[in-house]
Amino acid sequence: MNTLSNGIAGRVCIVTGGARGIGGAISTRLANDGAIVAVIGLPADRDRTESLRASLNGSAENVVFYEGDVGEYERCTKAIEAILQEHGRIDCLVNNAGITADHTARKMTIDEWNAVLQVNLSGPFFMIKAVLDAMVAQNYGRIVNISSVVGLSGNVGQANYAAAKAGLIGLTKTIALEVATKGVTCNAVAPGFIATEMVAAMPPAAIERAVASTPVQRLGQPSEIARTVRFLLDEEAGYINGAVFNVNGGWYM
Amino acid sequence: MFKGKVALVTGGTRGIGAAITTLLATEGAHVAAGYSRGKESAGMCQAKLASMGASVSVHQGRVDDPADCARVAQEVLDRFGRVDFLVNNAGITMDKTVRKMTAEDWQTVLSVNLSGAFHMTKALLEHMIERGSGRIVNISSVIGETGNVGQANYAASKAGLFGFSKSLALEMAQRGITVNCVAPGFIGTEMVEAIPKAALEKVIEKIPQRRLGRPEEVARVVRFLLEDDSSYITGAVYSVNGGLDM
Ligand SMILES: NC(=O)c1ccc[n+]([C@@H]2O[C@H](COP(=O)([O-])OP(=O)(O)OC[C@H]3O[C@@H](n4cnc5c(N)ncnc54)[C@H](OP(=O)(O)O)[C@@H]3O)[C@@H](O)[C@H]2O)c1
Ligand SMILES: NC(=O)c1ccc[n+]([C@@H]2O[C@H](COP(=O)([O-])OP(=O)(O)OC[C@H]3O[C@@H](n4cnc5c(N)ncnc54)[C@H](O)[C@@H]3O)[C@@H](O)[C@H]2O)c1
Repeated sequence: MNTLSNGIAGRVCIVTGGARGIGGAISTRLANDGAIVAVIGLPADRDRTESLRASLNGSAENVVFYEGDVGEYERCTKAIEAILQEHGRIDCLVNNAGITADHTARKMTIDEWNAVLQVNLSGPFFMIKAVLDAMVAQNYGRIVNISSVVGLSGNVGQANYAAAKAGLIGLTKTIALEVATKGVTCNAVAPGFIATEMVAAMPPAAIERAVASTPVQRLGQPSEIARTVRFLLDEEAGYINGAVFNVNGGWYM
Repeated sequence: MFKGKVALVTGGTRGIGAAITTLLATEGAHVAAGYSRGKESAGMCQAKLASMGASVSVHQGRVDDPADCARVAQEVLDRFGRVDFLVNNAGITMDKTVRKMTAEDWQTVLSVNLSGAFHMTKALLEHMIERGSGRIVNISSVIGETGNVGQANYAASKAGLFGFSKSLALEMAQRGITVNCVAPGFIGTEMVEAIPKAALEKVIEKIPQRRLGRPEEVARVVRFLLEDDSSYITGAVYSVNGGLDM
């Protein structure tokens, strides 16, 4: 392993959905800081990972793509096996992959409910389950789950998303307790409204409302989430465990 | 990282505050560290950091006295021209169950821990507004979230800091000033060493990670929140507590 002088260099980090949006910013930040980044994503993320690599100066070879759907446990374990085989260890896991399927509860279909819970809540559980033995065995691990301000506040039209993201906080705290003495930490970052394709998919009027209702009067940037994730993944962040770090421009306190 | 910046850290010459002072000074900031009665530890802290080539000044003043806060703020502004960061860290405990706690015990802890942050903030806020930028970090405590037997006054003061910080965060959101709290768990400082040994062992039993935190582990969270790039973080509470009562 490389020198660990900056708290992350040489570490093997998994970023689910790490090819674009917030995940892309996380992959970029970690690769630039010298980490080895394994992006797990859907088939469409393969090309996106290529473009991301192309945008990196000098650290492109630090980013590797593994196809996998986090909503399917067998696919998660397969990807993890491949990563372990290739790199010998897994130090950090960032559960970032997420989807929305917005409708008010009255109109929401059962499929929409299940699909969002599967990816946004079961996905992180499957991934954690797949890496946890390796982390405990090496007595080191950093897990960060990307929750959302909506998991704390609720939001009209997002019963499924809010439930999944709130559930993720319960999962975070439980894992934190279960492995607290094993050198592994588990924390959550809860972003506010961040300028990515997920938010671009909202109707323009809704985006305007989101900005207007954010005390600092702007959307956040993916890099602003990435640096908080990076902070929590640092070797020296070992006493931060079970915490939820809000990055939301004051939208929810 | 903080070259050219000026920080004021109350209670900045001992314990967690000294770790904050050290880290910010190491990053190139000038740190004005406040103290109230610990003249000796203040002198030692300054000498140690000066010998490392860091730029640190120490300032006597009680945060529970608005006039002292105004004077210290003026002293720092006169000498260093600006204040970019305010870290309200000074704090005390006077532990007793409510049945035994006197009105004075209550008042004293609230005056230092909660009103102290208000007074010091007041003394620097107009300056920060004028410059259109600033970072305020208030050191609260896990006890402000959970409460604790024998700490009604302390818990109330630390929970009060959450309400103070969030209100100020909203008031300052469009002025380039962020206001956040860091909530430490049990950290190995003199404050914790004051806990009787048997009681301390019980405390550690309750911490999921089975150890006290180090002052440096709190300081790095403070540093993170002070960075320019943290402008989208405001009104937040960042815990660093080894998994205790999350
Ligand atoms: N240690 C912990 O486990 C822990 C946990 C959670 C939160 N905290 C909080 O973290 C902060 C620092 O705690 P610590 O453990 O470092 O405490 P500490 O070692 O007891 O230091 C307290 C500091 O506050 C200063 N101070 C006390 N009363 C003051 C007043 N009236 N005016 C100005 N300064 C005053 C002291 O200055 P002198 O040197 O002049 O006395 C000293 O520098 C406190 O707010 C505390 O509540 C601590
Ligand atoms: N954008 C925001 O405002 C915002 C706010 C709060 C939280 N979040 C959360 O941040 C995370 C990233 O959001 P984003 O805005 O960057 O989204 P995005 O849609 O831009 O990117 C999501 C990525 O995850 C991948 N992905 C989706 N389903 C997957 C699956 N089943 N398996 C593997 N990969 C999958 C996608 O292919 C894509 O690359 C999500 O968890 C989201 O809920 C976003």
